Amino acid sequence: MADKLLEIKDLSVEYHTDDGTVYAVNGLDLTVEKGQVLGLVGETGAGKTTMALSILRLLPERIGKITKGDIYLDGIDIVHCSEADMKLIRGNKASMIFQDPMTSLNPILTVGDQIAEVLELHNRDQSKEEIQKRVDEMLSLVGISPERKNDYPHQFSGGMKQRVVIAIALACTPELLLADEPTTALDVTIQDQVLHMMRELKEKLDSAMILITHDLGVVANNCDSVAIMYAGEIIEYGRVEDIFESENRHPYTVGLFNSIPDLTQKTKRLKPIEGLMPDPSNLPSGCTFHDRCPHCMEQCKTMKPLAVTSGTHMVRCHLFEKSGKDTVV
Amino acid sequence: MNAPLIETRNLKKYFKTPRGNLHAVDGVNLSIQRGQTLGVVGESGCGKSTLGRSILRLIEPSGGEVLYNGEDILKWDKSHMRELRKHMQLIFQDPYASLNPRMTVSEIISEPIKVCRTLTNQKDINDKVFELMETVGLAERFVNTYPHELDGGRRQRIGVARALALDPEFIVCDEPVSALDVSIQAQILNLMMDLQEARGLTYMFITHDLSVVKHISNEIAVMYLGQCVERAPSDELFNNPLHPYTKALLDAIPVPNLKHRGKERVAIHGEVTSPIDPKPGCRFAGRCPYAKPECTAENLRLEEVNEGHFVSCVLY
Repeated sequence: MADKLLEIKDLSVEYHTDDGTVYAVNGLDLTVEKGQVLGLVGETGAGKTTMALSILRLLPERIGKITKGDIYLDGIDIVHCSEADMKLIRGNKASMIFQDPMTSLNPILTVGDQIAEVLELHNRDQSKEEIQKRVDEMLSLVGISPERKNDYPHQFSGGMKQRVVIAIALACTPELLLADEPTTALDVTIQDQVLHMMRELKEKLDSAMILITHDLGVVANNCDSVAIMYAGEIIEYGRVEDIFESENRHPYTVGLFNSIPDLTQKTKRLKPIEGLMPDPSNLPSGCTFHDRCPHCMEQCKTMKPLAVTSGTHMVRCHLFEKSGKDTVV
Repeated sequence: MNAPLIETRNLKKYFKTPRGNLHAVDGVNLSIQRGQTLGVVGESGCGKSTLGRSILRLIEPSGGEVLYNGEDILKWDKSHMRELRKHMQLIFQDPYASLNPRMTVSEIISEPIKVCRTLTNQKDINDKVFELMETVGLAERFVNTYPHELDGGRRQRIGVARALALDPEFIVCDEPVSALDVSIQAQILNLMMDLQEARGLTYMFITHDLSVVKHISNEIAVMYLGQCVERAPSDELFNNPLHPYTKALLDAIPVPNLKHRGKERVAIHGEVTSPIDPKPGCRFAGRCPYAKPECTAENLRLEEVNEGHFVSCVLY
């Protein structure tokens, strides 16, 4: 096993709202190794973003709470460390790229100032000149001419803005990059350019990345391993080959694949997953997927499925518990 | 060939801006046969939605013709248009923004019926609403709920039911599934295809998602900066794309299959140029890997290179 960079153990996050408690993340385990790209796939409301925010302790104050579990980033206990220490971690050791480049930049600061802001915070001993030099470097790294550093976000197109956001995230060469749907708001040709650039930068800076997306195509082209998330849990985890080519896949994963129109085959009808994502304030008993699952059995309705691991592949489903798998954890 | 249900000839829509005319739709010719689906693909800002709205005359086109059953509807007066609108409907992209939050599901679905007075008896209207809800797969218990109580998939079903309320022939679908999760997206696509089969609907399906468009369309038009650069039957376009932009667009789709990993692609660099007073010639020339001097010399026209396959490019 390579070095573990991020380790999440049995994490649970709740939001306390006026309408009741929302169980966003429920007992989630996840590890990311150094230099690895992990794809985190799931639909709206699966808890993907909540998990990412927990790693940076950016959950909305008062209503969002980590109720259980531990997060270790490079050995640092994130859940229990002080706010002052967190400030040193955010943007420096771990940083985040948000989904919507249109709203994640400050409209009244020039892009150069916004990149310099992170650098100044984490490198207090550096001179203005050194920082400006680094800003120029970052801009050329993401393919924007440094002459444009005095422009404001509205003077850039969507793809260019996302490049600026990436430049900010990478400015302090973080060891872990959390990319929350970085290309969902972009057109396909621009998405292709941005992903290509992120792959190159990741190689150059040797950082690990969690790529949060709902697009399995993006995962196939960019990730080493994949975690499929459903109702706040990782229901399947493995290397890309395990998820895309294995026979023993979780019925939800199979459903996700069947929902995408295949470009290489002519199909008359799609086979979508019936029903809807469960309401996270009122989760079903047993396996949270049981009421949408085509293979639902009696035990699925009452018993939580355990993680069944074979090699690098983990599935949480009763279907595979007895089917001669190596180990039952 | 039968006469097409919808046809546009040299359709144009320019918007006046302080910096000049924005050519949103610039000389588009297309036709849709009855009961068929034309997919319109292109990136944001290429004029897809403006094209759809111009055909419905929700935006008044600046020039050209829109033929419905062979008649130019741009010459029709208001009352005549109002009659016609019963036959042409629109499904919007964002099910969160296209439904009035102060109206219940039944009020939203029955609004077109009340506006056009196709039914006047309240009982008939209620029956029709229930019938429509059943058609689109909405349970009866939602009839008095408000849109905010429902999820995206159900809201988009309301949008579909509203579009069907007047039994139209032609529906412009403007990115109807883009805002939805994949599993819900597949449910709505299946619904739309079932409805087409059962009612013989004609669709113009606007989207930026190429795998969706291939799934649902008979013919596909690729748009770039207000112009249609390639038009072909769906299979032909995917098997034999000709225009360099189409090729790049197809190459840029992330395919959920590991065999395509690390494959070299025709990447295009740069971004879309401004649609304000564009220079003559091919508008893609600035990003095109095969650009030649003659590309920018004069305006190009769509030429038929294979049967039913039109492309506007100097290479062919």
